[in-house]
Parts: sequence; C-alpha cells; structure tokens
Amino acid sequence: MIQTDKVLDAKGLACPMPIVRTKKAMKELAPGQVIEVQATDKGSLADIKAWAKSSGHQYLGTTEEGDVLKHYLRKASETEEQEEKQFPHTVTNDDLQDQLSRKDVLVVDVREPAEYAFGHIPGAVSIPLGELDSRAGELEKDKEIIVICRTGNRSDFAAKQLADSGFSRVKNAADGMTQWNGPTEQNEA
Amino acid sequence: MTVTAWTAKEVARKVLDRSPLFILDVRNEDAYADWKIEGYTIDYLNVPYFDLLDGVEEIMDKLPKDREILVVCAKVGSSQMVAEMLSDEGLDVAYLEGGMKAWSEYLEPVKIGDLKDGGELYQFVRLGKGCLSYMAISGGEAAIIDATRMTDTFLDFAEEKNAQIKHVFDTHLHADHISGGREIAEATGATYYLPPEDAEEVVFEYAPLENGLEVKIGDTPIAVQALYSPGHTIGSTSFIVDNTYLMTGDILFIDSIGRPDLAGLAEDWVGDLRETLYSRYRELSDELIVLPAHFMIMDELNEDGSVAKKLGELFEDNHGLNVEDEQTFRDMVTKNLPPQPNAYGEIRQTNMGKITPDEESQREMEIGPNRCAVR
Repeated sequence: MIQTDKVLDAKGLACPMPIVRTKKAMKELAPGQVIEVQATDKGSLADIKAWAKSSGHQYLGTTEEGDVLKHYLRKASETEEQEEKQFPHTVTNDDLQDQLSRKDVLVVDVREPAEYAFGHIPGAVSIPLGELDSRAGELEKDKEIIVICRTGNRSDFAAKQLADSGFSRVKNAADGMTQWNGPTEQNEA
Repeated sequence: MTVTAWTAKEVARKVLDRSPLFILDVRNEDAYADWKIEGYTIDYLNVPYFDLLDGVEEIMDKLPKDREILVVCAKVGSSQMVAEMLSDEGLDVAYLEGGMKAWSEYLEPVKIGDLKDGGELYQFVRLGKGCLSYMAISGGEAAIIDATRMTDTFLDFAEEKNAQIKHVFDTHLHADHISGGREIAEATGATYYLPPEDAEEVVFEYAPLENGLEVKIGDTPIAVQALYSPGHTIGSTSFIVDNTYLMTGDILFIDSIGRPDLAGLAEDWVGDLRETLYSRYRELSDELIVLPAHFMIMDELNEDGSVAKKLGELFEDNHGLNVEDEQTFRDMVTKNLPPQPNAYGEIRQTNMGKITPDEESQREMEIGPNRCAVR
C-alpha cells in the first residue's frame, strides 16, 4: 500500500465522473499533497494522465488491483519550481552516480511516498520532507547524506534542516529525479 | 435549447449522405489524433471534456450557428455532459449514443447487387474501423465472408431475410480485427472455412478453404470459387462469387494493396504478394467486381456507400498494381510501412482461439484506425 494524503473512491463511476471528482478533491488538497484515485473505468487511465498534463498537476503512476485502477497524483505547487536553491553544498546527478557505491554515502529521498514508489534510486531511503524533523534520528550521523527530490527544491530545504540538526556532511542533489538517467527501482505494489 | 441523442446508425447516414456536420470531439488529444469519425462534409474541434468542466464559454465562438453540432466522446457520459452545457448556452446540439465505442461497432449494410438466380449480395461497411464483410443470400440460404465480431448484426440480418446461414468464410487469419466467423458458425451450425496455411495453430475445428472449393447456396448453384492468393498472409485466399464478384480479402484494396508484414514475414511473403497481384489476378476477367475486406480512406467509398470497383479499373488506377520494377515493389511493401495495427499479435491469437478475451478487452484491442494496407 502506498501512503497518500487522501483516497478518492471513484469505483463504478463512468466517464466523466472520475475526473470530475478528482478535480474537486484536488481543490481541497494543499500543494504538494498526494491523492490516490480508485477507479474501475479503464478509460480513466489515459484521461487522468492527459488531465494532469493539462492542469499542471504531477501524475505519479497507476497500479492495478483486480478490476480497480489506482491512480496517484500530486497537487502542483506554484512556488516549488521558482525558488532559488540556497544550500551551498550540492552534487550533480553524475557525481551522485559515481558515489552510489561508496559505503559511507546514504541517499535520502524526501519526496512523497507515492512519488518514491513509482521510481527511486536503488538503496535510497524514503523520508518525506514533512516527516524529516521527527525521523532524522533514524539517520547515521557519520555518513555523508545526499538528499534528493523531484527537482532539487524540497531537497534544498531538507539539506538545510539536516545541517541545522547537526549532520555535518550533507549535500543536495540539485538536479533532482527529473534529470536522473541512472538506474531506478519501484516498490512492489 | 435542445439536446438530442443520435445513434451510430443516424450518424452513418449523415456521413454517407454527405450532410454538413460539425463534430466537437471531447476525448483526450491522443485518442482524437489516433482516430475519429471521418467524412467529406465534417468539420472538427477537439477539446478534451476535462478542460470544459468549468464551463464552455471559451469554445462558444468556435462553434457554428448554421449547421448541426454533434458532441462525441469515448463512451457517452462526457459528450452528454458537454452537450447539456452547450444547450444551457443556447445551442441545439446532439451527442453520439454509445460514443466512439458504438461508432467502431456499427455496420451499415449496403446492397452490392443481385445474384444471377435472383439472390442478393450485401456488403457490411464498418465505417468506424474500415472493415468490410459480406453476405450472399439465395433461396433461403446465406453465406458470410469475413464477418466481424458483431455477430448479432449478421444473425439478425439473415433472419430478416428469412435465410439460414450455411457457410461462413474468412479469407485469411485477420490481424487487425476479431473475426465473428467461428461464433456465427457455432450459433447456426454453418460450416466455418479457413485457409489451412493460415490455420496451422488454430485450436478449433474448421473446414479447409482450398483451391477449387465450390459451395452452393439456395436451390440454384452459386459457385463460391476459392483462389489461393498468398501475400498479406501465407494462406490468403480470394473468392469468386457468382462468376461476377472477386472477394480479395486483404490482398487488394480499391486504392492500395495488402501489407505482407503482420505475421513478421515481410521478406518471405513479398514474392507471393507480387505473384498474386501481377500474375494470378491478371489471368482473371477485367469485368470482375473487386470487393475487398477493408477500406482505408473515404475516397474508396462509392456514392451509395459501397466499396467496390471493377478489376480492370483497378489495374488502371491502383498504384500498387502498377509498379513495374520488382525491387521498387519490394521496397514499397517492406519499407516505410505504416505503424502496425493496435494489439495485432493478440488479435491473431484470439482469431486462432488461443486466447479468449472478454468483450471489453476485445473492444480495446480493436481501437484505432485500420492499417492493413500499403499505399
């Protein structure tokens, strides 16, 4: 099961209702939050992808369980893309790839669990940005921590936050997963 | 203002009558780009329904006031919703009952002509997909050729004509649509014929369709003369019905010729295709009326909606029959081919009886335009 902020049941509804309901539910979400839309209408897959593209939301992926399609979407956040990155220590994706084999490097993926589920760097640990404060204790202080998200902005926040809590070797993978060409793996659905 | 529901049959009438029509297609852009309702007198606007949820004001000035407007979607719900919104804005509009699904499955029967013993020959034009099926009726008996999976249409039509279906033929193992031949044969006790070279892997009983086979329907003989004509598939077989009509399957179309690559053997079959088109067919009478299993473009339709032309005229006009140089011909039919039909591998498996997808899956597999030809 993939953790989300909201689950919308659109099972048994025919087109256009799955999209009508999704659009309405999306309005009630905060930017960056993730919704799971359950639908039985097979056409909802192509339509939800196309709608996400047209409305600017992020389509994460779809899983199939029996007759039920589960679509995952993340609400667009206007500010996220524009802010300048402030944390001084960064690595490019090429550097990151070179360092993956090092035992003292830990990749922390701060995207939402659903984003992580549909494709992440093998071995990366999932801690969503919102949980980083409470879960920072899970991380080993003596390792070099490379933080990654979709576009390098959430990881910028996360890197600062970790540095402030006493982690001395923190870097932001500023290119983000959208630029990542290396291997990825998916969670078992 | 009013919202009217149109059936696929009513839309087919308008397409064939060349009535002016404006179609607002509210499917997503990929689906629209892949296939749509084609017609000479149709203008189009494609705006996905999900971009209209907040209102239709933005498209009002793009819609005509002086012609009929039909809203179309995949199944029906979205087109109905958009039609009602347009009606609230003061327009008279129609939506397509059953959406593109219904359009894809609608067959328009068109009479091709009378048979010599007083019987009749009908062509079933599947406008949404380009498939052509046939029914010859004589003396209370019927033969069907290249039936699509909408078997009720054929069963009902035969019943209306008080004819018992005796023989069901497929000219070849289809790769672009699911055959209804086997189901019709099972429902009526008719014999189902398939070319044995195409049927090596089928898992059901069939009668071999071989050179020189002749069957009769009705009291007076109507020779259905099988003519081995490989090329599109290795088993492809043409028929001559009533010494007048040449059923060419997917070997020869009105404006194009069959592609030899859908079983992955383009290089092997291109020689057979040329032999069939440039030698075997040349030996036949120019007066034979060619009735193919598909059409690709609306230009191939005659005024009455039928798809038929004399073999002699095709030798004059069809580009695929006029490539003198053999290498040029080989290149034409093996290189730069159009994309392969949607799910053609699974469709072949279904037609061999190896897999039995449910109706919804069969629909999905057939989605999209016909791509059996090279031009």
